[in-house]
Amino acid sequence: MLSEIRDERVRSVSRLSRLLSRPELGAAAGTVLVFVFFAITAGNTGLFSAKGIVNFLEVSAQLGILAAPVALLMIAGEFDLSVGSMIGFAGILIAIPSVFWGWPIWLSLLFTFAVCGGIGALNGLAVVRTGLPSFIVTLGSLFMLRGLTLGLTRGISGRTQVSGVHELAQNDPLNSLFSGQVLSGPIAWLANLGLIGKRADGMPAISGIPVSIVWWIVLTLACTWLLTRSRFGNWIFAAGGEANAARNLGVPVARTKITLFVMTALAAALFAAIQVLVTGSADTLRGTQKEFEAIIAVVIGGTLLTGGYGSAIGAMFGALIFGVVQMGIFYTGIDTDWFKLFMGAMMVIAVLFNSYVRNRAMRSR
Amino acid sequence: MAEPYVELKSVSKYFGSVVALKDVSFDVRPGEVHCLLGDNGAGKSTLIKTLSGVYTPDEGEIRVQGKPTRFASPADTRDSGIATVYQDLALVPLMSVARNFFLGREPMRKFGPISQFDADFANRTAYDEMSAMGIQLRDPEQPVGTLSGGERQCLAIARAVYFGAKVLILDEPTSALGVHQASVVLKLIVQSKARGIGVIFISHNVHHAYVVGDRFTLLKRGRSTGTYAKGEITRDQLLNLMAGGKELVDLEQELAKSARNGPA
Repeated sequence: MLSEIRDERVRSVSRLSRLLSRPELGAAAGTVLVFVFFAITAGNTGLFSAKGIVNFLEVSAQLGILAAPVALLMIAGEFDLSVGSMIGFAGILIAIPSVFWGWPIWLSLLFTFAVCGGIGALNGLAVVRTGLPSFIVTLGSLFMLRGLTLGLTRGISGRTQVSGVHELAQNDPLNSLFSGQVLSGPIAWLANLGLIGKRADGMPAISGIPVSIVWWIVLTLACTWLLTRSRFGNWIFAAGGEANAARNLGVPVARTKITLFVMTALAAALFAAIQVLVTGSADTLRGTQKEFEAIIAVVIGGTLLTGGYGSAIGAMFGALIFGVVQMGIFYTGIDTDWFKLFMGAMMVIAVLFNSYVRNRAMRSR
Repeated sequence: MAEPYVELKSVSKYFGSVVALKDVSFDVRPGEVHCLLGDNGAGKSTLIKTLSGVYTPDEGEIRVQGKPTRFASPADTRDSGIATVYQDLALVPLMSVARNFFLGREPMRKFGPISQFDADFANRTAYDEMSAMGIQLRDPEQPVGTLSGGERQCLAIARAVYFGAKVLILDEPTSALGVHQASVVLKLIVQSKARGIGVIFISHNVHHAYVVGDRFTLLKRGRSTGTYAKGEITRDQLLNLMAGGKELVDLEQELAKSARNGPA
């Protein structure tokens, strides 16, 4: 028997330093910082009242619904720049058949999800078949979908906005899935106990939790489970980390990537469904720049732009930071023009921090 | 002596007008290390690819356990117990050792209707299989990128063995490694041999090959210059048989001559 081979240069690694190489670390720390910052500067403005919390969570939830599947796609090493345009397109697909052709809302919704899923599959197929960077392929889709949305909407309605969805959706079986509120009972109970403030007329300051927040949490948990606990998750990491090695081991890399493009497209359709049913209208410009905001949330969340490393929970923190900063700047009365400057800088810092964490993870022997 | 597990009989392979392999016979038995030596361009890669099912031979035949076989694909070859460990090792550096070990063949565990990746089983198995090869992992969840070159080889080899390899084809496993790590890999080869696995060790480093090899086959410009058992040939003879041997002597003489004549 040969002697055992041991590396004599090993030192034991503490739990803390292992924690320090988690992808979500930066985003979690950033979230705490942002909360502390606004607790000091906007503590008494109502940002952290029940109403204020629901407001920023709703902003975060919408972005987070996109960010969770976008995180998976980016871990698999691909970008989807078409999600923003897809939101506008999906909104029109929901509104026009219902308003102009008399389709019931549930049918328009199913139709929209099917069409968007199909376009997502086409995006994916185009990327894996041509071997072109997904950045370029989906940049094409970004413009094509926006153009298609404008052309179709103006062609059919003569305008760029379609309203009147509220009245049609009122009794629709799927309406409450996208625009309702949950937990109204417990909220009223908490308000009676005095834990949640009341309005002047004696009603609780909030009547429930918007359903979009539930979608956000459920989607994030589902994506996290997929990533860390399913076979598919292993394939996502491998496809983004070393596609060739994965292929040699029999991982269906192309199928994995196409599935993820379908998921980001469906998330855009879900975003649109919530937006159209909450506001009651669709607009051809909806979703503009959401693709970049989603990428920012994902990158702040610790996912590498080069793929192979990242997390869906991190993307949730990224979206949370986004929401808190956006609403926090509003509540503190700072000119909201400064919001984008802040988010851009935040992302650059996050990228620097991430590559530091990644290098650390690769060194921590 | 045991029957060869896999056998190439008078195999030739042509690419257009290029003769990549001509009339080469090669075999490996369970529990032996058969070294395939040769310079760059000698046909080693073509021979490996023929053995691993990437190329089909134009002439000659392949036998697995005595039966003539045609490999339909590399996956087909792997299913018949012949595993190739290429230089890139098919590892994903940012993923954990255990996840790499089971990549593409993930062990699943059922929780009611949901089946999920059995991380405990994967961690335990990866750890045990690697210690059976003589490498103690610090943590099966550490990224492969943190492993040393020798440990990565061990992971790739242990994985192939775990999934049923009877013959391992190791493509230049020591070429990119330092002295210490190379000796780790040589130990792995001996370890595999002790477990009854036939190892085909491709190298152009005679020193490495001679330490662990039982038999040696030399390729030169697509042809085999013969197979020798360890007792039949010394390391120096082997060195001289390789292209480099004679040419280095020539170069030495030339340099000596030009030194005598002074700078031109």
